[in-house]
Amino acid sequence: MKALRNYLDTIKPNFKEGGKLSMFHSVFEGMETFLFVPNETSKSGVHIHDCSDSKRAMIMVVLALLPALLFGMYNVGYQHNLSIGAVDTGFCMTFIFGFLAVLPKIVVAYVVGLGIEFAVAQVKGHEIQEGFLVSGILIPMIVPIDTPLWMIAVATAFAVIFAKEVFGGTGYNVFNVALITRAVLFFGYPAAMSGDKVFVRTGDTFGLGAGQVVDGFSGATPLAQIATATTTDTQMVNIIGDPVTMMDMFIGLIPGSIGETSKLAILIGAAILLISGVASWKTMISVFIGGAFMTAVFNLFGTTAAMCMTPLDQLMLGGFAFGAVFMATDPVTSARTETGKYIYGFLVGTMTIIIRVLNPGYPEGMMLAILLLNVFAPLIDYYVVDANINRRIKRAVKSTNA
Amino acid sequence: MANVIKIRKGLDINLKGKASEVMLNGGKSGSYAIVPSCFNGITPKVIARVGDKVKAGSVLMVDKNHPEIKFVSPVSGEVTAVNRGEKRKVLNIIVKADATIESEDFGKKSVSSLKGEEVKEAILNAGIWPFIKQRPYDIVANSQDVPRDIYVSTYQSAPMAANCDFVIKGQEQDFQTGLDALTKLTTGKVYLGVKKGSAIKATGVEQVEVEGPHPAGNVSVLINQLKPINKGETVWVVKPADVIIIGRLFNKGVADFTRLVAVTGSQTTEQGYMQVIAGCEISSIIGGKMVAGSNRIISGDVLSGTKVDESGYLGAYDTQITVIPEGDDNHELFGWAMPRLGDFSVSRTYFSWMMGKDKEYAVDARIKGGKRALIMSGEYDRVFPMDILPEYLIKAVIAFDIDKMENLGIYEVAPEDFALCEFVDTSKIELQQIVRNGLDLLYKEMN
Repeated sequence: MKALRNYLDTIKPNFKEGGKLSMFHSVFEGMETFLFVPNETSKSGVHIHDCSDSKRAMIMVVLALLPALLFGMYNVGYQHNLSIGAVDTGFCMTFIFGFLAVLPKIVVAYVVGLGIEFAVAQVKGHEIQEGFLVSGILIPMIVPIDTPLWMIAVATAFAVIFAKEVFGGTGYNVFNVALITRAVLFFGYPAAMSGDKVFVRTGDTFGLGAGQVVDGFSGATPLAQIATATTTDTQMVNIIGDPVTMMDMFIGLIPGSIGETSKLAILIGAAILLISGVASWKTMISVFIGGAFMTAVFNLFGTTAAMCMTPLDQLMLGGFAFGAVFMATDPVTSARTETGKYIYGFLVGTMTIIIRVLNPGYPEGMMLAILLLNVFAPLIDYYVVDANINRRIKRAVKSTNA
Repeated sequence: MANVIKIRKGLDINLKGKASEVMLNGGKSGSYAIVPSCFNGITPKVIARVGDKVKAGSVLMVDKNHPEIKFVSPVSGEVTAVNRGEKRKVLNIIVKADATIESEDFGKKSVSSLKGEEVKEAILNAGIWPFIKQRPYDIVANSQDVPRDIYVSTYQSAPMAANCDFVIKGQEQDFQTGLDALTKLTTGKVYLGVKKGSAIKATGVEQVEVEGPHPAGNVSVLINQLKPINKGETVWVVKPADVIIIGRLFNKGVADFTRLVAVTGSQTTEQGYMQVIAGCEISSIIGGKMVAGSNRIISGDVLSGTKVDESGYLGAYDTQITVIPEGDDNHELFGWAMPRLGDFSVSRTYFSWMMGKDKEYAVDARIKGGKRALIMSGEYDRVFPMDILPEYLIKAVIAFDIDKMENLGIYEVAPEDFALCEFVDTSKIELQQIVRNGLDLLYKEMN
């Protein structure tokens, strides 16, 4: 540690202004603060600071995402084995298959996103911000397994530049960066983002797990089945035609985007976020309440399969839980006032169900609902702040009359 | 039964080095100083010349805009220096103290027989006026105003702050006289906030018990809970130690700035209280009482105090000295990824929350993170117990949108109210500085 510190101190002058490597000073600073807590002390104001910083907050989110990511990897392998009839493959091989299938996506997202982030930090001359640590791991988790890498690269680049950097970087963005990436993919390359061809990898990964797809295979997600159903009592089935049980949905052994399937893993993530206080329970719980409420309303009419789904099914399927826990709670793009968080969360939940139920073209509504509410978050906050202002004005009027 | 106000939002930071209720030796200072930068809203005009012989209570400088507001020497002796900085800004006026202190005689007076104007004049003449501050703007009170109410909070809830019960003990009479004098200055009431269970009792004032974590004892919180300040209203606030000084003026007829200072902090070798005179040298308080190493000396508490050198002087309003490690020699490897059991955090992102509330922390002065744009939401609200939206007020101040600032409650706050927000902020934004600058600019704009 001492040697490392000494080494950094020796090479530091090179990165200072006028040094021969000064063009990389942001990268150097980023690395230095990554390794060592900056020893800068306070100059004005409080003399002591809480030891929590944005790095820690971000790393907590990444930590909370890991269970869902790891399970997602396993599920990729599991669904693949199911599709080729190799159900007796061991746990390790199943996981390794999934790991190798998912890893390139993570690498691509991070390399592209962080590359842009580094470059922008360098040009603007500020420190590298850690916001993309979270976006970079979210992106691979919210895409289907068979989305091509180059598409992810293009969409990530677009999202980081046009949804974040042009607005001023982390903390200034209007939209959730990971969701913009998904939206770009979704509307730019719909064939690679939806349908029944992309959610289960039927081919091999780096030569592993080659095989013939079994008869009766269909890669449609449960939500897609509901969206295209013609009767109201459609039975959801897995990819080889067996019925999907509530347990399957909870554990997550169903086809879907990589990170979204396991409610158990998401629950663990939610616990980490809530205990550490990084995410707001107000937003989280309101999304679920909003979703359940809207489903119950649709149940009253119940003319299509989607309308007839029980609230529990709605909340357990697709990206609802994932979006509620990890995406709706993004502090930058969601409502920032405490009252606003309830309203924002509730509306995300209701919008998701409305999109799911009423638009068969989009079996999943979470992404669009959150992006839509990202736009409305400042408006919600505006009214909450306005209420505070009005209270103050009323008080002043009362006191002059008294 | 007295009113009880219960505050829920806030944060008590359990630091190492609290003052125990014992008297420490020391406080004999060779020289004393008036430091104009302690007093907000003042343009100093120096009256004294180098070489002048002064008594305790002799005028050293006045406010240029309000010449009736005088700043007096706390001791008798000789003016040895008027130090100036850039643009001839007065940094401080130094008085070398005599061995025995002689005081100007302002005459004993019975407050009950005086009119408001006479009380005001007496306080102005004795140079005690600058200890009365006003809201809005958190500046020295304008002597031409008549405030709506006057507030005194004896609940000092800041980390390791002096316990007012101990400070006032033995000075109850002066404290009461001081409060009586204040009641003459307002057409409204004098509100006295005390900590729940405190032994402090005063008559002729509205006494309110306050309970809860810091900043429950901040006078802004008291005002906001009792009767918030509306646009156009002015209230005054006085610190309890200064109420005693006002009381002494009437009971003894002298300007006696003697006060108790709490000596605290993890880098002090002994902690307790010391009797000093306002404006004394820092070294006279903590000389020989510091642990060796790179230390930060703070005149005041760790949240809203001022950084000083050992050769500096005690801040005019301060009743506490804190010494903590500077921490600039500490290079913590992968700190952001460590469990950090020994570091205090309000969030539970580190595991120190498992150590319980009784654990005392020795916190150093590092910022412990990079400065960022505002990312996390709701952090400030949790430690800000007023009906104000701190994040939006800060944004309005940064944008200097006067209408918004007024609407969001700028008149009700002082920089110290944002100290805890600044402490918990993961983006490490200097909120108190932002508020101070905003208040100063606003004052210029409105006057």
